[in-house]
Amino acid sequence: MNLRTPLSKVKGLGSAKEGAQHWWNQRMTAIALVPLALWFSFSVALIAVADFTTVSAWISAPLNTVLMILAICVGFYHGYLGLQVIIEDYVAHEPLKIAMLIGIGLLAVLFVVLGVVSVLKISFGA
Amino acid sequence: MAEFSLPANSVIKEGKTWPAPEGAKRPKKFIVYRYDPETGDNPRVDTFILDLDDCGPMLLDAVIKIKNEIDPTLTFRRSCREGICGSCAMNIDGRNTLACIKPLDEIEGDVRVYPLPHMKVVKDLVPDLTNFYAQHASVEPWMKNDTPMPPDREQLQSKEDRSLLDGLYECILCACCSTSCPSYWWNSDRYLGPAALLNAHRWILDSRDDATGERLDALEDPFKLYRCHTIMNCTDACPKGLNPAKAIGEIKQLIAKRSS
Repeated sequence: MNLRTPLSKVKGLGSAKEGAQHWWNQRMTAIALVPLALWFSFSVALIAVADFTTVSAWISAPLNTVLMILAICVGFYHGYLGLQVIIEDYVAHEPLKIAMLIGIGLLAVLFVVLGVVSVLKISFGA
Repeated sequence: MAEFSLPANSVIKEGKTWPAPEGAKRPKKFIVYRYDPETGDNPRVDTFILDLDDCGPMLLDAVIKIKNEIDPTLTFRRSCREGICGSCAMNIDGRNTLACIKPLDEIEGDVRVYPLPHMKVVKDLVPDLTNFYAQHASVEPWMKNDTPMPPDREQLQSKEDRSLLDGLYECILCACCSTSCPSYWWNSDRYLGPAALLNAHRWILDSRDDATGERLDALEDPFKLYRCHTIMNCTDACPKGLNPAKAIGEIKQLIAKRSS
């Protein structure tokens, strides 16, 4: 039986005094992704039919290396922020929610490192 | 996980169909949600047919006519019948609005009347608004002042500062906005909802209130405030023509402004 008052339930654990940074970062990465995503889609569409050496040479160009790394970092960070909101919205089961938040965080880091290291390896011709 | 199917006891069954009045020239079908917690039965929808030539112009007139002349057990809230008390908020023709200011001739086809969505139903069209009112109370909707009041006169406010409250003070707490918001449906235990946030903004903007910072502190929370994803159902639903989505956006801007 729960005899807490309705006001006490609403106040709950109080304000987390955060959320603004998340909100800001989500919008900032969204703005950055407008040019990055456009560049990425057109580039991938154009080089998708090219052979291995052409693609390697294209990624090795300094501007392409930089933009590719930016697209990977910003894209996965933005995706992580968005998925976090969706999970918080829809997953009410607390242990599952925490597990999923940890999961997407680790996966995002993994994919970013994988992507960046791959680009650098190609770019610096390992 | 979120539940995408209804629990067994909230599946809505077909209810009773009452006969049309004899010699009705303009019959209109009203499909009304019914639920009586005392019987233990599932909710049902009853069908009533009224003659529009023998009924007042608003949905509330129709519901009162049903209660007076057909089924006195039909339960709903109503008071002012002119859109200022907020009692008769319900889901009419798929939209949350006030029954007393919803003209029947705006509704094409059969009229579906349900309680406000995703709230516990007390009976028939009466939702339990306990949590909703507690959320309003939690934003401390009263003047908080560190400056002593002038002993000989009221505290003044310029016309410009007063005009900032237009579009906020008119809220009648009918709950049409909050109960139209998907974020509120899934997380009303932690998200304050558009009505409470619009009222919070009314006090944040009040030039006579000294607690602006505290108020923003209390709202800066991933759930209390940032569950709003600017879906805009609140603004779409508001029968008073207010814009809770804009108020929430302005709160987010003020919080961002503090740190940049």
